[in-house]
This record gives sequence, structure tokens and C-alpha cells, in this order.
Amino acid sequence: MKSLKNHFSLIIALFTVLFSVQIYVAVDRTIKAYEEHLKNDYSIIVVSNKMLSEAEFKALDNLIERSETIATDQVLERLKGEMSKKNLDLLKVTLPKFYRLYLSRFPTPQEIEKLQKRLQKHSAIERVEGYAQTHDTVYKLMLLFKDVVQIFSIAIAAVTSMLIFKEMRLWQFQHAERMSIMALFGAPVWLRSAVLFRLAIVDAIIATIAVCGAFFIIDQYGWMDKVLQTVGISIELFDFVDDAVRSLVIALGVSIVLTLTIVIGNTEEE
Amino acid sequence: MDKVITAENLSLSYKDFETIISKATFSIDAGSFVFITGASGSGKSTLLKSLYGAIEPQGGQLIVGGVKMNKISTSKLNFLRRHIGIVFQDYKLIKEWTIEKNVMLPLIISGYTKDVSSEQVQKLLGHVKLIHQAGKYPPELSGGEQQRVAMARALAHNPILILADEPTGNLDEYSSEVIWNLLEGANTQLKTTIVVVTHHIPSSINVPYKHFHIEMGTVHEIA
Repeated sequence: MKSLKNHFSLIIALFTVLFSVQIYVAVDRTIKAYEEHLKNDYSIIVVSNKMLSEAEFKALDNLIERSETIATDQVLERLKGEMSKKNLDLLKVTLPKFYRLYLSRFPTPQEIEKLQKRLQKHSAIERVEGYAQTHDTVYKLMLLFKDVVQIFSIAIAAVTSMLIFKEMRLWQFQHAERMSIMALFGAPVWLRSAVLFRLAIVDAIIATIAVCGAFFIIDQYGWMDKVLQTVGISIELFDFVDDAVRSLVIALGVSIVLTLTIVIGNTEEE
Repeated sequence: MDKVITAENLSLSYKDFETIISKATFSIDAGSFVFITGASGSGKSTLLKSLYGAIEPQGGQLIVGGVKMNKISTSKLNFLRRHIGIVFQDYKLIKEWTIEKNVMLPLIISGYTKDVSSEQVQKLLGHVKLIHQAGKYPPELSGGEQQRVAMARALAHNPILILADEPTGNLDEYSSEVIWNLLEGANTQLKTTIVVVTHHIPSSINVPYKHFHIEMGTVHEIA
């Protein structure tokens, strides 16, 4: 019973570490998906006094993925009844060209500013509208959210790692008698500590399975999907290959490193 | 004759405390049977501990099984201990392991195969008359039976040297007799060197032996 309790303590601590890491990964994935979503919606409007090709725009900055001409026909159509055909033709020729520029990725506010300055330097470009203000606010909020989750995850990982360390120290005391008897018969450190490593590895595997199970249930329940769909994005909350392998590597890494720390510390105490 | 233990001006103490053994010079031949006696607190157990590296010499030189014990490295100490059998007054059996596995411990450490180990353990448990208790755990056995298990464990890997710290101190007559018979048998048949720390040398002992007595931190050989 006591042994089972010890197992639970380590498994729960490892589960918490893995869960917080996976939450961070999911948030990162959400933000990347949202960036993609914003990137597709976001464009810069450029007003030019002459025709500019897509290649000319791309040459100005490699952030520009493609350009689209904004048709002026609708505006001219509205003016048809108020102006003569001759004046309308003249207006058509003298009317500036409007372009919508799409970017290869979601830019930082600094990148938008830089890009706007570059575009404005072009002799043919008369006006550039980047909607930087709106963009900046959304982006800063997103980064703030990401940072908060990251700090939160690191704090949880640090606290639970300390708990795991304490738990393993308890294990060491429980097994101290056996380890010292083995030492009297010349057992090397690795053999004396084998039981600690075995327990750590088994618990790391159980914690990984528990995290996979938890995310499988969340995934099946689908409420997270519904929330994300309201902002127009969809992500894979838990990849049962990549994320499971990452979780297992982290769980094994944390438990083995902490066991090693205890074993090495104990050897020095001898 | 080859020396298994050689001490020259050996001084022993626990860290900063006063010296327990002072400038002891003695040697123990391979295949001999040795008793170390002395009053309580005279340093018998301390001397025995130095022979398996549990405490380090503070002065002089100590060589056990050809290995210099002064500032001995962990790997050398482990190597030496794999060739020594130790019997403690408090048995030092692993409570969570069966009797069979406890006896097997030195063989596991020395890397013997399971088949060889099992055969050897069955043979030894037969010698100590505990074959029927093989699957039990130490707390289920009496003190005498536990010490017989510890004795079987000390013999399991055919050590060159057996160190016994008051092995019959807490035992009944029957168990004491079994222990002395086993120690004598190991000495006469296997030529194992035996060093026993005790308050009294048993009158029933049937092998020639050497006797060291410790008094006021000095080791004397008694003729």
C-alpha cells in the first residue's frame, strides 16, 4: 500500500509536468494556426501612380508573397451617369492603381513598419496602408498569452521536479538498507541503484500513458475543437505519435536525471 | 606461506575521535583460522570493519587480499568485497528478498548465471539445513535461522576470506554449533581464511587457530 502510494506520488508529479508541457505545445500550435489564419486575412493596401508587377513588389521585400490588383471598374461604374464617356476614359487613365499585397507569413509589428517604409520609398507608390494599429494589438495579445502559458508551464515543471526529487529521496531512504547490504558484498553503484531506476522508468511510462489517455478523452469530448472553431481555427490537440514520444522522452529524462542526481549524491556521501 | 592480511603500524579511528587501534602490526596467513578477542569497546569490530574497507586506516598500512586499503578506490573496494564473505551479528539480510535470493546475492553481484547460482544456493541451504525455508522471507525466520542464512550467503561465492563479527553472539546452542561447523568446514575443506571477532573462543573448536587480543588499542598475538 505504502509502495503504491509512492508510485502514485511520482506518477502524478510526472503527469503534471507532461500535462503542462502538452498544454504549452497545444497553445503554441493554436497560436501558429491563428497566425496562419491572420496571415491569410491580412493584406497591405498600396496605391501607385503606375502599373506595378508582382515581380516588382517581390523585389522590394521577400516578405511579399503575392500581389493582387484591386479593380476600379465598380467605382467607375457608379460614376457613369454623372460623367461623360470622354471624362470617364480620362479618369480611367489617370486613376491611381490599387494593389492588395499578401505576405508569406504573419509579420511582427516591426516588420510591417519596415515593409511600409520600403514601399513608400518606391517612386511610383503614393500611399501604403498597413492597418498596423489593429494588427499590433492582436499580435501583442497573442504573444502575451503565449508568454503567460510558457511561464506557467515552466513554474509547474520546476515545482513538480522538486517534488519528484523529494519523492525519490524518500525512495532512496526506503531502499538504503538494501543498497548498503549490497555494497558490503561489492555491488557496483548501478546494480545497487537498479531498483530506483526500474521504478523511475516504470512510473515514467505509466505517466506517459496517463497523459495520452487524458488528451484522448479531451479530444474525443470535442469541446476544445468547438472553442477553437469559433475563432476559425482547427488544430490537432494531441498527436498520438509525435506528442506521445515527446512525453515519454521528457518523463524518462526527468525521472532518470533526478535518479542519477540522487545516486551520485549518495555515492559522494559514502 | 602467503599472507591474506598484513598490517604495519596500523592506526584506526572514527574521523576526529580518539584513536581506537594504535600502531598494530600483525599478519594472517592464507588458509588460517583466526580469533580476535577483547573487551566491549576495545576495537575488535573496528579492526574487522577496516578489513572490509568500511573504515579507512588513519595511519600505517593495511593490505587485504593483496589490495592496499589506504585511500582505496570504490572500484577496487568493490572488487575486493566480491572475494570476501562477511557475517554480521545482526545478520544484515535483505528483508524484501526471499531466503534463496539473499543467499544468491554475492553470486548475482559476481555475475554468475541463474543455473549455476541456483545449484550453489540449493547446496548451501542444504548445508545450513534450511532448504525447506528457501521461499520464505527473513522476518519469518528465527534469529538462529537468519544467521545460518547469512552464513550460507557468506560462503556462496567461495570467498578467499570470511570475516565474522560475533556470529554466534545472539544464537541458541544448535545454531551456534551449525555456524562453527560451517566455518571449520570452509577452513579445512576449502582452505578459506577465517577471521572471527568474538568475546569467547568456543571450547568445541576443532581446528588449529591463531588468537589476537586487543587491549588499550594494542593488538597482541596470544600464543
